Amino acid sequence: MNLANLHLLLPEIFVLSMACVILLVDAYWRKCLHGIAYQLSQATLVGALLFTAFISVKEPVIALSGTFVWDSMAKVLKLFIYVITFTVFLYSRQYLIDRNLFKGEFFVLGLFAMAGMMVMVSAHHFLTLYLGLELLSLSLYAMVAMHRDSAQASEAAMKYFVLGALASGMLLYGMSIIYGLTGSLDLTTIAGVIAENKIEPMLLKFGLVFILIGLAFKLGAVPFHMWLPDVYQGAPTAVTLFISSAPKLAAFAMLMRLLVEGLGSLNVDWQGMLLFLSVLSMALGNIVAIAQTNVKRMLAYSTISHVGFLLLGMLTAKEAGYAAAMFYTMVYTLMSLGAFGLLLLLSHAGFEAENLNDFKGLNRRQPWYALIMMIVVLSMAGVPPMLGFWAKWSVLSQVVAGGFMWLAVLAVLFSVIGAFYYLRIIKLMYFDAPTDNAPVLKPSADIHWALTLNGMVILVLGVLPESLMTVCRVALS
Amino acid sequence: MENIYLTIVLAPLIGAIIAGLFSVSRQTAHRITVTGVALSCLLSVYVFKLMVLDGAKPFDGAVYTWLASGNIQFEIGFLIDSLSAVMMVVVTFVSLMVHIYTIGYMADDEHIWPHDSLSAKNSYQRFFSYISLFTFSMLTLVMSNNFLQLFFGWEAVGLVSYLLIGFWFHRETAVYANLKAFLVNRVGDFGFLLGIAAIFLYFGNLHYADVFSNADALAHITIQILPNQEWSLMSVICILLFIGAMGKSAQVPLHVWLPDSMEGPTPISALIHAATMVTAGIFMVSRMSPLYELSETALSFILVIGALTALFMGFLGLVQNDIKRVVAYSTLSQLGYMTVALGASAYNAAIFHLMTHAFFKSLLFLGAGSVIIAMHHEQDMRKMGGLRKYLPITYWTSLIGSLALIGFPMFSGFFSKDAIIEAVHHAERAGAGFAYFAVVAGVFITALYSFRMFFLVFHGKERMDKHTREHLHEPANVVTWPLIALAVPSVVIGAIALGPMLYQGLFHNVIFIAEAHNPFPMAHYQGVWGFLIHGLTQWPFFLAMAGVATAATLYWRGFTHIPAQIQARLSWLHTLLVNKYGFDDFNEKVFAGGSRALGIFLWQVGDVKLIDNGMVNGSANTVGRIAQKIRHVQTGYLYHYAFAMIIGLLFLLGWFVHAA
Amino acid sequence: MLALSDFLVLAAVLFCISVVGIFINRKNLIVLLMCIELMLLAVNLNFVAFSHFSGNIAGQVFVFFILTVAAAEAAIGLAILVVLFRNKRNINVEQLDALKG
Repeated sequence: MNLANLHLLLPEIFVLSMACVILLVDAYWRKCLHGIAYQLSQATLVGALLFTAFISVKEPVIALSGTFVWDSMAKVLKLFIYVITFTVFLYSRQYLIDRNLFKGEFFVLGLFAMAGMMVMVSAHHFLTLYLGLELLSLSLYAMVAMHRDSAQASEAAMKYFVLGALASGMLLYGMSIIYGLTGSLDLTTIAGVIAENKIEPMLLKFGLVFILIGLAFKLGAVPFHMWLPDVYQGAPTAVTLFISSAPKLAAFAMLMRLLVEGLGSLNVDWQGMLLFLSVLSMALGNIVAIAQTNVKRMLAYSTISHVGFLLLGMLTAKEAGYAAAMFYTMVYTLMSLGAFGLLLLLSHAGFEAENLNDFKGLNRRQPWYALIMMIVVLSMAGVPPMLGFWAKWSVLSQVVAGGFMWLAVLAVLFSVIGAFYYLRIIKLMYFDAPTDNAPVLKPSADIHWALTLNGMVILVLGVLPESLMTVCRVALS
Repeated sequence: MENIYLTIVLAPLIGAIIAGLFSVSRQTAHRITVTGVALSCLLSVYVFKLMVLDGAKPFDGAVYTWLASGNIQFEIGFLIDSLSAVMMVVVTFVSLMVHIYTIGYMADDEHIWPHDSLSAKNSYQRFFSYISLFTFSMLTLVMSNNFLQLFFGWEAVGLVSYLLIGFWFHRETAVYANLKAFLVNRVGDFGFLLGIAAIFLYFGNLHYADVFSNADALAHITIQILPNQEWSLMSVICILLFIGAMGKSAQVPLHVWLPDSMEGPTPISALIHAATMVTAGIFMVSRMSPLYELSETALSFILVIGALTALFMGFLGLVQNDIKRVVAYSTLSQLGYMTVALGASAYNAAIFHLMTHAFFKSLLFLGAGSVIIAMHHEQDMRKMGGLRKYLPITYWTSLIGSLALIGFPMFSGFFSKDAIIEAVHHAERAGAGFAYFAVVAGVFITALYSFRMFFLVFHGKERMDKHTREHLHEPANVVTWPLIALAVPSVVIGAIALGPMLYQGLFHNVIFIAEAHNPFPMAHYQGVWGFLIHGLTQWPFFLAMAGVATAATLYWRGFTHIPAQIQARLSWLHTLLVNKYGFDDFNEKVFAGGSRALGIFLWQVGDVKLIDNGMVNGSANTVGRIAQKIRHVQTGYLYHYAFAMIIGLLFLLGWFVHAA
Repeated sequence: MLALSDFLVLAAVLFCISVVGIFINRKNLIVLLMCIELMLLAVNLNFVAFSHFSGNIAGQVFVFFILTVAAAEAAIGLAILVVLFRNKRNINVEQLDALKG
């Protein structure tokens, strides 16, 4: 075993050890050091950020006998994942305190899940990919069920668990087929063997379909999306916030590693499959969202439609298309963070803000948050100059450049349908009277500023989109 | 150097943001904005020294890529050469003077607002924020190196102008005026945008340098806009761009907004509606001279429009009684002069006049503002008179401004105006004869209305009421100092800049003039004195003197009863002029009325019946119904979910594996 | 002597049984957990068979990891099951339909 590049693993090792330390500290000193788990977790994230930022490697390095890769995509995605997770913990704090869930479990499981994401992002081998995925998924199942007295949460967890296990079973089955055909688990070797064109293509496709299902499930693409609305709705909002944000980045990395780096020669085949998933996701996501009255569920369907858009970038099978998809994923996580962050804020002790009507007259009660929500929602709908517009624009321009004009037209059509339910939120906030005399909430200063910053980032980067786009382009080149 | 350019642009913006968005005190607001603009001004002078005096190489470069799409890059960049350096100094200097002046002018602004108005509380800060924002926008416009940024600056100055005309938005007239300015400018901008789009279509690029270097290659292309009508591409582009300039620089028939813009506070009339923004069109055409030189048609068009504006807007100045409106019409007429210069290929003369005009016209406006402060916001000249002894500084500076305006020898306006008249005299394109007549006749009119105003305000009987007279005194130092500071260049700048700007090639390689068109070849240069002596023997000089003399007899000493008699005899003419040739009525009835009627028709038939009830609600209801149906696919049962996954699996396997 | 194809067919049959078990079973949740275990075992069989016949040891190493993960998965699955039972007083798949639409 080659341990020469062990320092590349420092962030992962650090996060895992800290997660264990926090578990112990929380078990022994929970009573006397209130909130210690939260503070330590945030410190861990900052530490991991510093570790990762200071590892500078020019060329991609493959370490640990070909199981682990360090390249600029991994670095950018990891840094982004830390920031997102940090914000998730920050937004969740008050919500968890109100529901007596402000314990070590949430943060420890969150850190383990994040370690799983980090492994996925850097995986260069079926084994690491699988282990990272399971570390992420198992932590998430537990987090969904964390609210032990909620029937909804446990039902959602059960559904998530069973379907997730089914999906990872399929992924594994696909991996075993590819392993059998190529005789290797290492992505570079696999790519090399496939490129020699000696293997019966039908068998390869057979394996590819199973692998793709594993990916589609993780992303939530139709028809492998069924878990998503139920889990989003059933899980505590803090957990929904987490599930809807950072793991999508890891799922994107998994797409890149498996489809592009491992099975890149099969692109003609997976292009067709992604096309199928993408169109169905955009159609179903945008249409069914209209019928929802529960905001969390509506945002779940909106996520499905965003996944469809993300896949559009992937299916061009070009570097610029992947960069557009990466840009889209990052933007999506930022918007999702903002939307669920506001839901968390509007919920208070004994009250879950999750119905559309809870937004009624928000402008009169809390104009600043109504404004941020409007920015987020407009961005999701893809209205310029918000960041979401540029995300859609960059993907669509790649689709058009790839010669799929009709697909771009279809995508725009579904976005227009989607605009309906986004604008409805704005209408409720700004033009309807508040239904009840809900209290005016005064969140603590850090949450207030984080939310403000979240909204401003969407607006300001929307005016200067080239910066983030360049980051994506450089990361993938 | 890039940092210096960035600072020049951003300093006013930062000032504007701080003064506008953070609730700072009045003192902080004016300190921060004045500092920002002063910094820009100093650095602009430094850049001017490098570019003009030391002859440094022009800078053309991007500072930020805003957006890249395929091979096309949209960049934010600067083109700094002698032309932009001159503009930067003019803009920042006048802006600085106006900033300082505003401290005095807006000092008791809150009393103008209705009692208890919330907007009155921070109107002072808001005003400073706006004028600083304007400075930022104008600098972006003149320093741009591409059409996109030019358009941004163009629209941004338009926006600030809109905000400032309607600054006192509790007045209905102000709101009407700013809406009018906005709409009329939209017409111009529409042409401008089409012009930019045409450039983008045919040149594939929006970068000045690339467009200019390819202009010759595209000079002989013709396009068909209407079937079987071959139009020269260059003419179409140039005329479209000029339509934009007509809106911004208020040329007939898009001039109607400028007189109404006087509803705004006086400092902005000086800064925006006299010295800088309205000259953006002149600057733009000069900047595009490599394109315009290729189109004889477009230049003739410009020449005629400019001549019409120069002459006929001057007449209107004769019948106005509002002190600011007289200056406004004189601005229109002077903009006409600059446009005529452009049409005669004398771009450098246009920029020369732009510069001198910026100084003496802002001086005149600020002088008018000083009178208005002293008169407690009374603007009617019939209620003034004899102010000379109460406002000595204002009196002398206004006199300097007026002399510069009418082109009195050795004052700045003399050189620039004579240069334009000379250039038109030598021009040989269609319309030049009429234009020559218009600009020469315009000299008499200019002198007449300028000194009519001067005598009515500062000489003659004191017609104000007793209360006002008792409180008459020179305004504070912050008001009078800028007047003095502006009076200096109004006198001397013409003599200094005459040689370099017109004859000695300051704008060499920046403004392109075909050799055959050049009205100011170096060989003709006889020095300032030669130019002066030549000017003293020409018609315009005598006409200006005649104008002053006429004004003196009719409005000061001698036959002061005659104007009333003329007005009675030629009442039809007076009515025509007071109605401004009916432009406003025409627009009001035909364009505004027509579009309102069309709008109501489209609203009730097209929108409500067809679109709302049919398409929008119809399709929305359909989609909603479909959504209600489809959502039941999500039954909630685990085995159905798993089944859906299996179906997906089987479909993918069946389609993709089997099909191969 | 058994050929590779025999193992593969067996694994495929086991996989199908487990998948069918997941969506045909409408009563007991525990059966679902068993199906999931079965599915992982089918995959393991695949890996071991491929590994054996190609002489590449990596597949067998993978199986160890899958077994470990399966154990963790079963633990979490049962834990969720317990929580679910506490809240609903039954573990009937058909009554798991509060979240839908």
